[in-house]
Amino acid sequence: MSYKIIGKPTPKLDAGDRVSGKSVYGHDIELPGMLHGAILRAKYPSAIIKSIDVSKAIKLIGVHCIITANDVDTENLSYRKDHPVLKKGEVNCIRDEIAAVAADTKKIAENALNLIEVDYEEKAGIFNPEEALKENAPRINQFSKGDNGNKNISESFHYEHGDLEVEKKKSAVTVTRRYTLPKVTHACMAPSNITADYSPINDVLTLYSSTQVPFLYQREISQVLKIDPSKIRVIQPIIGGGFGSKLDLHPFEPICALLSMKTGKPVQILFSREEEFHHSAIRQSMVIDLTTGADEQGNFTFRKATIIKDNGAYTSWGARTSFVMMQTFSSLYKVPACVYDAHAVYTNNVFAGSFRGFGNPQATFSLERNIDLMADELGMDKGEIRLINSNFPGEITGQGLEYKSCGLKPALEAVIKNSGYEAAKNGHGKSDRFKQGIGFASMLHVGGGAKIYPSDGCGTTLKMDPYGFLTILTGSSEIGQGSETVLAMMASEELGIPLDKIKVINSDTTIKPWDVGVHASRTSFVAGNSLLGAVKILKDKLAEKAAQLLNNEENDLLFQNGEIQSEKSGDSLKIDKVVRALHFKPPHELCEVSYFYEPSSKFQDKEFKGNVSGCYAFAAQAVEVEVDTLTGKVDVLNVHVGQDVGKVLNPMGIEGQIDGGVVMGMGYALSEEMIYEDGYLMNPTFHDYKLPTARDIPEIHFYPIETNEESGPFGAKGMAEAPLVPTPVAIANAVSNILGVEINSLPMTPEKVMRAIHDKKNGGEA
Amino acid sequence: MLLIDLIRDELKLKGTKPGCLEGECGACTVLIDGTAVNSCLYLAINIHDKSITTVEGLTDGRTSLDEVQESMVNHGAVQCGFCTSGMVMAIKSFKDRCDSVNHVPDRDEIKKNLEGNICRCTGYVKIIDSAEALF
Repeated sequence: MSYKIIGKPTPKLDAGDRVSGKSVYGHDIELPGMLHGAILRAKYPSAIIKSIDVSKAIKLIGVHCIITANDVDTENLSYRKDHPVLKKGEVNCIRDEIAAVAADTKKIAENALNLIEVDYEEKAGIFNPEEALKENAPRINQFSKGDNGNKNISESFHYEHGDLEVEKKKSAVTVTRRYTLPKVTHACMAPSNITADYSPINDVLTLYSSTQVPFLYQREISQVLKIDPSKIRVIQPIIGGGFGSKLDLHPFEPICALLSMKTGKPVQILFSREEEFHHSAIRQSMVIDLTTGADEQGNFTFRKATIIKDNGAYTSWGARTSFVMMQTFSSLYKVPACVYDAHAVYTNNVFAGSFRGFGNPQATFSLERNIDLMADELGMDKGEIRLINSNFPGEITGQGLEYKSCGLKPALEAVIKNSGYEAAKNGHGKSDRFKQGIGFASMLHVGGGAKIYPSDGCGTTLKMDPYGFLTILTGSSEIGQGSETVLAMMASEELGIPLDKIKVINSDTTIKPWDVGVHASRTSFVAGNSLLGAVKILKDKLAEKAAQLLNNEENDLLFQNGEIQSEKSGDSLKIDKVVRALHFKPPHELCEVSYFYEPSSKFQDKEFKGNVSGCYAFAAQAVEVEVDTLTGKVDVLNVHVGQDVGKVLNPMGIEGQIDGGVVMGMGYALSEEMIYEDGYLMNPTFHDYKLPTARDIPEIHFYPIETNEESGPFGAKGMAEAPLVPTPVAIANAVSNILGVEINSLPMTPEKVMRAIHDKKNGGEA
Repeated sequence: MLLIDLIRDELKLKGTKPGCLEGECGACTVLIDGTAVNSCLYLAINIHDKSITTVEGLTDGRTSLDEVQESMVNHGAVQCGFCTSGMVMAIKSFKDRCDSVNHVPDRDEIKKNLEGNICRCTGYVKIIDSAEALF
């Protein structure tokens, strides 16, 4: 099938506004009479609050309002309802919000914070989940439901399939390792922001928010503030980076709303970069104990994984990463038996959040390291062991995931072939000092949404005006990933009108149809299918009228070049003329249609079995690295990405996601780590928290695997989280291979690599 | 007063972005007498008698986009866009500097000159491509 625009590199519709500084982000909003908010946070990660005195602060000229927990009536945040908006009586991590000020300027608000006097009684905090699990540990979160019989567990997940004992007996090799993954942060280029505008006249609260999930956000904030959700209008200004950080509702958001409600004026809260490091979402740290087996031929036999995650003081969606990680252990490669336990454990560290990949980079790190170690023990080739265990089209996994399409094997073959792996198998280098080698890893991720909420769907309304211009009202959100462009491309392809006659409106909950949010790599798939459903209705409507006007009884109308044309007679009508005929003559109808798409995925049962996504994405990466054995510095030279994307819709957009994901994975692998000491963050600046820069960038080679997923729009499946997932472990595998050491934790800083080299010389393990 | 505050709060030119306000990310890059400078590290008072160009001032109002902006659009170098203004200005300054001495930089040189600008979305590849295409 040949397409006019699908599959062609297409610049983003909004790129012109971005490069010329015209886009309006949350930071750029200024409303008449707007006040500036600031938040007082805990001084200690664990303490009793004996008293709070705001009397001096409230007297400061320019201060309009100060709130503490005593001044507000709110429900707790989070799906576990364990997170108070403003903290009362105690603080449990350094993020804890104690008071908030609204003032004429940001400076005055900050000065007022300094005048608030809080009397604390400091307590010994618990910063290690292992400590928190001990019987004599105090209860950290007073709202904890104590899952799995432990007061400090927020939520536990248990999963199993197959017969572990039988499969153990079949195993010729068994590898057990512990993997330790650090806390890292999204570091969105735009720090967190919100502007709240409450109107006391009509009791409507308008929130200019960067949320990724506007409708869930509207619902949760209504529960927290105890107001009718329909009185809350969420407007998303241009969002300066998401990556999952804006999935949870954070306390600063209802706090800003409360300040606006108390003052009757608009209030804006902008985080500084330092606040962003301290107080925005993170990827949670984890310890993964993994045992895996394989038989003599290298066929995988079983996996047993036990995971302890640092939940921090409160629960976020991050605790639910267990759900995605489970899929990697149960269903990445064929495996007859799997037992999996994961526990999100309260500590006095900052609470987590969700981050691109949603637990999958951590799970995949442990699994793909174990696979390399099993290959070593079996004396097997590291490409071969992955190929013989590869998933395949038509497979239904032990967990019940249905792989109607599956491009894992071709993805593996592409990266093995193109990386020059065969030629370089035994490692090489420019000199004794610089050593080069290759590491592999694969990944599995949901590719058609994930059924975790009662609806995983998206609505679309289409409106064609009398001039033939189309407005797409979509429930989905743009966070920079290019969803507006890809939706417009689909509509352009189907309706035969150019992109510059298409507008996408997607930023206002009062206007746009419902959508569950931008996460789980779901937007192209779910919003795309929703759009195509609406387009079909629109085309039927236009075709019926056009056939009438053309006196055409044939069902042969083509939509192309802005016209509707009969294939047989060649007669055609301009599309806008047909719209006008519908509107201005009987039947006097507007050319507006709506459609709601719900994926075919199902809720999993109590044992977490079932087909949770509309389809599944697969990828394999081969990473060529060079290690400087004198300094321990790891240089990534080439990254080969084979990824089953179903169908490439916009090559320019998809390459951008691949590049961005791989580089984000490199940061996680090599340099990024939030260093906490007793609950305090030691490196809250870009100077000390090292993101990759332009100089670190390898050559990235992308081999799209097009499996034409039948349930996807034009055959496409979700793809944007995937490129981050295998990169860190492929690098760790490469470094381990090159040096003959074991890298089982991240990040691989020069110090860590040097220690591994040193320990090997001295006969120890890394 | 910092130059970025003068630009954003007094002149109401919002294209210059506050990414870190500590000179690490480059989102607030502007040109001062043609040289790329972090406006968060520059005192507003020191702008006296100097020429300043922000992202809004790259074109004369008749042409819609400067060649740097055009190249970034056409190479897919924009995702969320918060770093973009700063990237545009950094590339503009580098391009003008190279042109003034008839120098054609290689890819490594371009990478080195973009080191002061952080992007979290794109992995830099297409930003580097867009700069390379200008020479």
